[in-house]
Amino acid sequence: MQTWRWLYKPGKPFDGRFIARVLVKTALLFAALNLAFVLLDPLPTLGKLSLYNRVLPGRARLPYGENPDAAYNLSLFQLDAMFAAHEVARAPARDEFRVLLIGDSATWGILLRPEETLAGQINAAGLVAADGRRVRAYNLGYPTMSLTKDLLLLDYALPRYEPDLVVWLFTLESFDAQTQLDSPLVQHNPAPVRALIARYGLAQDPADPRFVDLSTWDKTLIGQRRALADLLRLQLYGVPWAVTGIDQEYPADYTPRAVDLPADAAWHGLRQDLFAPADLAFDALRAGVARAGDVPLLLVNEPMLISAGANSDIRYNFFYPRWAYDAYQRLLHAQRDEHGWTLLDLDAAIPDAECYTDSAVHLTPACTADLAEAVGAAIVGASGG
Amino acid sequence: MTLTHILVFAAAALLALIALPARGRAWALFAASVVAIYWLQPAVTIRRLDFAFPTATLGLVVLAWLLTRAPGQRITREDAAAAALIAALVLLLAFGRALAPAYRVTPSRPPPLGAVVLWLAVGGIALAALSRVPGGRGRSLLALAVGIIALFAVLKTEALATEAGRLLRGWTGQSPDLARADELQWLGFSYVAFRLLHTARDRQTGLLPALTLREYTTYAIFFPAFTAGPIDRAERLLGDLRALPGPDAARFVQGGMRIAAGIGKKFVIADSLAILALDTAKAEAATSALGLWALLYAYAFQIYFDFSGYSDIAIGLGQWCGVKLPENFSQPYLKRNITAFWQSWHITLSQWVRFYVFSPLSRTLLTRPRKPSPTALALVGQLVTMLVIGLWHGVTWGFAVWGLWHGVGLFVHKVYSDRTRAHYLRLRAHPRLGRAVEVAGVLVTFHFVALGWVWFALPDIGASWDVFVRLLGG
Repeated sequence: MQTWRWLYKPGKPFDGRFIARVLVKTALLFAALNLAFVLLDPLPTLGKLSLYNRVLPGRARLPYGENPDAAYNLSLFQLDAMFAAHEVARAPARDEFRVLLIGDSATWGILLRPEETLAGQINAAGLVAADGRRVRAYNLGYPTMSLTKDLLLLDYALPRYEPDLVVWLFTLESFDAQTQLDSPLVQHNPAPVRALIARYGLAQDPADPRFVDLSTWDKTLIGQRRALADLLRLQLYGVPWAVTGIDQEYPADYTPRAVDLPADAAWHGLRQDLFAPADLAFDALRAGVARAGDVPLLLVNEPMLISAGANSDIRYNFFYPRWAYDAYQRLLHAQRDEHGWTLLDLDAAIPDAECYTDSAVHLTPACTADLAEAVGAAIVGASGG
Repeated sequence: MTLTHILVFAAAALLALIALPARGRAWALFAASVVAIYWLQPAVTIRRLDFAFPTATLGLVVLAWLLTRAPGQRITREDAAAAALIAALVLLLAFGRALAPAYRVTPSRPPPLGAVVLWLAVGGIALAALSRVPGGRGRSLLALAVGIIALFAVLKTEALATEAGRLLRGWTGQSPDLARADELQWLGFSYVAFRLLHTARDRQTGLLPALTLREYTTYAIFFPAFTAGPIDRAERLLGDLRALPGPDAARFVQGGMRIAAGIGKKFVIADSLAILALDTAKAEAATSALGLWALLYAYAFQIYFDFSGYSDIAIGLGQWCGVKLPENFSQPYLKRNITAFWQSWHITLSQWVRFYVFSPLSRTLLTRPRKPSPTALALVGQLVTMLVIGLWHGVTWGFAVWGLWHGVGLFVHKVYSDRTRAHYLRLRAHPRLGRAVEVAGVLVTFHFVALGWVWFALPDIGASWDVFVRLLGG
């Protein structure tokens, strides 16, 4: 057989010495490669090598997917690779007014197609900034609720993508001080998060055991094989993404947001009488504002479902007892007044319960359009300085 | 076969090679193959079926051996020992019922020991009764072939398989309403069926040598080739089994290289390409013809690397076991025409079908009072042959159209090459032009094959047609 002629009719015979030489060389090469991987840590560099925005169109939102085969998308934690796959990594158009949207799953757009998300609908509106440039919004939302996670993404994106405006969308759930480090993205990026804790004096423990610190063995090629495979798979999933425009799994059926609520007045185990302002991570929000520096920052308190079902006198929705949300809102407004923030409080802007899909903060495409109208108007307003 | 299967098989083959004498290795191959078919069998949702399928394979193989014995071939003590070893191994595997899942060879908890003993007793008595029937009788062989084809049809036809699933679910006390055709995953049956049919036919024609039960069983279920071929010929494998070589550095290197190449092809290249390959969901969501072509190319290469990777692994493992399995692929996508493609794609299946379908059919047509024209003979022969290859994958419209697509391609190429042979001979005087024609031939052949995969890849014929039209700009 032609294909295997070299194997079955070799130039030199395969004998015991040949096998021994091959085994020794293989072992040495393997050891050297693993050692080189530990010393050079090539993953960040490899993460920047991307087919996206060159051969493949950039993704409209950051890579995230729990069922990659159906979503043509996957979750990974390497920021370089995540952003290199995003359309924000493209050079901006000359007349572009560049807006970065930071936020949680509502901003990322669970159950929404890329063009139906807040960023997609702002772009579809064809807005023009005060100086005549076209408003171009980039979706940098990511589906976990943590201001520290948002701060991490903001910190990465600001110097690299030079926005004209940042819009930071959040809701009370992102403020829980105890769960700031629960986001896998935060846990797998200990170095930049610790740097943020140190720089801004955040009330998080840099030695928190939730951080994933790699041992020397973890840094070898063997230890990093999963991360390496994820980099490759991110590129491969770019093809079906490019061909279909699909970047998340759209189930035919899903459990709708709860309207009838439990008679539970606690928020993350906290009772009203034990609640203190320090339970909310306003320090992360202040750090974000400081990090933005001269770049205008528009803060948006997200719309949420205000239920009229059972026990809605106790809770607004699945996430929040009324007292907790009211306390949060008072604190937010006080901080706004104290620091002179630009805050768009839209929590009650979308009152129709039918606007919410599988959660009290995830909107339907039509209601996302309403939100886009409100946020778009604020962007245009903010663009005038 | 998973990586774990492959590594365990490789280790076992090396251990047997080093530790056992040739005769011991032959018995080890036989015993390992019996155990391997239980280990390789995937879990089935119908209760106990994943134990029953390998057991039924063994029963069918023993039955086929009894019926395909050479005329006058007696059952020897060695045959009795082989039968006893099969029964002992099945019982031993059934003891797995008492073990934790991690220590079981079978994919789920085996049936109660009493039931297995009963199965073996009933099967043993039936086979013992059949052993009195002299081997090689035409009627018995015909009944065997018809039975295998009927079973094949039930397993490969959606409606029949669903009905069979309903029946089996009824017997096991499970809801018949939940029956699905893909529940009946009888691993390796397609390959075993073709091997048994080959022995039945070759016994009729007198080509099959006398095989012991151990040799026959090893041939039918040889573990490296059990899941994905190649489909060896009994007399060829027999030669290897009767002269198993000892440890040899060259064979170790060659087998190891084939296993490594196969693992790379299957688990690195094919599994990566699977992410991009054409399937129903991607086909429905694709927004452009260019995108569909990208998915189709990915599918074409995925199926090649997947299948040829498994063949390499089988050949490599076979070499470590001392058996030289036949090649199954030879750079098929670099062939200049569709005939050459089919001489280098799934070679052993093509040869099997040519030997047992095309040639007998052609002979039959030529012996009719009104002989067909050579063109008609070629057309009917190619269409029927390729239809059989298509239906071997499953009795669906998609596989049938895929087979006919290639049948038509082979026929058109034959007619074309008959008429243009003189032109091609003249091309020898113009090497550059000849090379250009060759490259064009490779491209045309590859795209013909790739378009054919549309019918193969998608389970719904309507979806295939839709993709086909969109690929061509419709």
